[in-house]
Amino acid sequence: MEKKWFTISVYSENSVGLLNRISGIFLKRHINIESLNVSKSEIEHVSKFTIVVYTTEDWVRNIVGQVEKQIEVIKAFYHTDEETIYQESALFKVASTLLFDERNIQNIIKESNSQIVTVSRDFFVLAKTGRRNEIDDMYQQLKPYGIMQFVRSGRIAVTKSEMKISSLLKEFNQ
Amino acid sequence: METLKKEKAASTKQSTIRISGAEAIIHCLLAEGVDLIYGYPGGAIMPLYDELYKFQHKLTHILTRHEQGATHAAQGYARVTGKVGVAVATSGPGATNLITGIADAQIDSTPMVCITGQVARHLLGSDAFQETDIIGISTPVTKWNCQVTKASEIPEVMAKAFYIARSGRPGPVLVDITKNAQVEEFDFSYEHCKGVRSYNPFPKPDTKAIEQAAELINAAKKPFIVFGQGVILGQAEEQLKALVEKAGIPAAWTVLGLSAMDTDHPLNVGMVGMHGNYGPNLLTNECDVLIAIGMRFDDRVTGSLDTYAKQAKIIHFDIDPAEINKNVKADVAVLGNSKVTLDLLLPMIKNNKHESWHNEFKEKYKIEFDQIIKNDVYPTKDKLTMAEVIEEINIASGHKAIIVSDVGQHQMIACRYAKFKQTKSNVTSGGLGTMGFALPAAIGAKMGAMDREVVAIIGDGGYQMTIQELGTIFQNKTPVKIVVLNNDHLGMVRQWQELFFESRYASTVMVNPDFVKIAEGYHIESKRISERKDLKSTIQKMLASKDAYFLEVKVEKEDNVFPMIPSGASVSDIRLK
Repeated sequence: MEKKWFTISVYSENSVGLLNRISGIFLKRHINIESLNVSKSEIEHVSKFTIVVYTTEDWVRNIVGQVEKQIEVIKAFYHTDEETIYQESALFKVASTLLFDERNIQNIIKESNSQIVTVSRDFFVLAKTGRRNEIDDMYQQLKPYGIMQFVRSGRIAVTKSEMKISSLLKEFNQ
Repeated sequence: METLKKEKAASTKQSTIRISGAEAIIHCLLAEGVDLIYGYPGGAIMPLYDELYKFQHKLTHILTRHEQGATHAAQGYARVTGKVGVAVATSGPGATNLITGIADAQIDSTPMVCITGQVARHLLGSDAFQETDIIGISTPVTKWNCQVTKASEIPEVMAKAFYIARSGRPGPVLVDITKNAQVEEFDFSYEHCKGVRSYNPFPKPDTKAIEQAAELINAAKKPFIVFGQGVILGQAEEQLKALVEKAGIPAAWTVLGLSAMDTDHPLNVGMVGMHGNYGPNLLTNECDVLIAIGMRFDDRVTGSLDTYAKQAKIIHFDIDPAEINKNVKADVAVLGNSKVTLDLLLPMIKNNKHESWHNEFKEKYKIEFDQIIKNDVYPTKDKLTMAEVIEEINIASGHKAIIVSDVGQHQMIACRYAKFKQTKSNVTSGGLGTMGFALPAAIGAKMGAMDREVVAIIGDGGYQMTIQELGTIFQNKTPVKIVVLNNDHLGMVRQWQELFFESRYASTVMVNPDFVKIAEGYHIESKRISERKDLKSTIQKMLASKDAYFLEVKVEKEDNVFPMIPSGASVSDIRLK
């Protein structure tokens, strides 16, 4: 079966240790987590994990089944890239001298649609939000000039189709 | 000010009593109907043991000789009673020693609550004496776990622990309680857990799926049922029997499904899996509808999935959504408690007989009988076989004993040849294959079913992994019957070495001690036999004894268990020799 990128969305209670429980499911199957983001969700007191994996649909189905089985997980879904709207964020720390000495840097900033977050005497920080390949492209463009620090966030994603969590919670509580 | 606060608290919570966390744990256990627990004391759990001392008239604590023994005893108790087994241990090594039993309970869906002591809250993360991250360690092998660091959290967590352990697909839960939480006093009141918002243990049966299942079953020419422990856990034994009889469907069991249906029922065609019966394995690949009830298509059952029942429509009854389509794709999946779903299915099922199909199983049985069973159960050679010992126990107990088996050749022989009339009678470590399971599990099984005969069947290897539990048997005068089938080898590994590793017997020869003397050291009546003439009378004597009894049977050293589906082969490639 063909390997693909999948975004797993997990709605859960906000409880200590649940991250460990969920990551263990990937560990047991020797599947690497490509990106992970945990935040609050649209429902009060419900957390949302957004996990990106590169694997087969059989495995992702198996994983989602096991994730959903965890007591504190309300519901887990998986989606392909086409089924989601997704973004990542990245920060680039670059030496300030470049901003003035290298004309091309300004072009990169403009063309990549990134923002200058801060400028100090020694360095400036660029923030870029977009798809992974856009951030990768920007990284490649900046790399020859020297990147002092780079960090990228986990993927965040919303799905095109509905994820019915509120009605599920109601059903569980009936 | 302090007093004012207390008064206010007292007036808002009317049915509370002010007690320590440790005493609260006892009240929680009593409220959950627990009257027997297994465990081993130590520093971080001492406040609880102090309360156990005070409550010993209401709550019996059995001191095992190792924490692993406590978990297996709790499992044995749970498996024969259907109730939640409870094991207690201290922090650090006490807690880590529980892990094997917890993993066993997880994979075999056994309801169990483990309570561990933990260092005081202010010491967490300081590498204090006997501190270990038992929550982290136990996470992958528990259905749920939780650390309690305040006494006031105890009632809610304990209620949740029992609810989760026993509901849905049962499993082990671990509650880790810091020492300060056991000592602190608080206003205690108890409410049973009636639900957890994010947890849905009782999926609503899908009537459409049940209708589809009924259609497939009614139209089938060669239907075949494989039932697992889900039938026992769901208390669906009557429904299974009714389905089998009404539709005339041959039914076979997985190791953990054994005893859910009378082994002598004419439509009970035996065991599936690696050392299962010839007919059920072979005909898995000839049936047209395979009805799996409360089983999970374990690799030891299916062999190679690429060649497993590809010709058949698969109907899968299970309570756990994660099991559906996990290993075998279901054409119809019926989620839910098997008792509920089978009850809904039964009225839609037409009467049928399928005689010629059933005859195919009988023919295959004849082949297996002539080539294997005859020689196993009625051997003509000098040395005793494991199977004839099991058969004598069948005869002497009238198929009424609870058989607790360990792991290995003797286990497969016990599962193949033991006869059962009553459910919850076969206790064995199926999924995890935990050597050392049987002796402590037999203690729990006996204490859970004092009116029944409990016979532990153990190999010489596994016996020595938890042999210290003879001390528990001696101290508590637990009348279990212990049969060690001694072939002076790690027999199953030896068999694989013979068949698949060109007879290179790496580390499988056991130089064994005098087991009879060891049992005598614990003042347990004991005997060793090696000749056929002594077998019947000794087993009769053993079963007639009102006390614990140890019997060592010297059996043929190089016998192999057949039939056998080699690991990764197809069920069609089942070998008779």
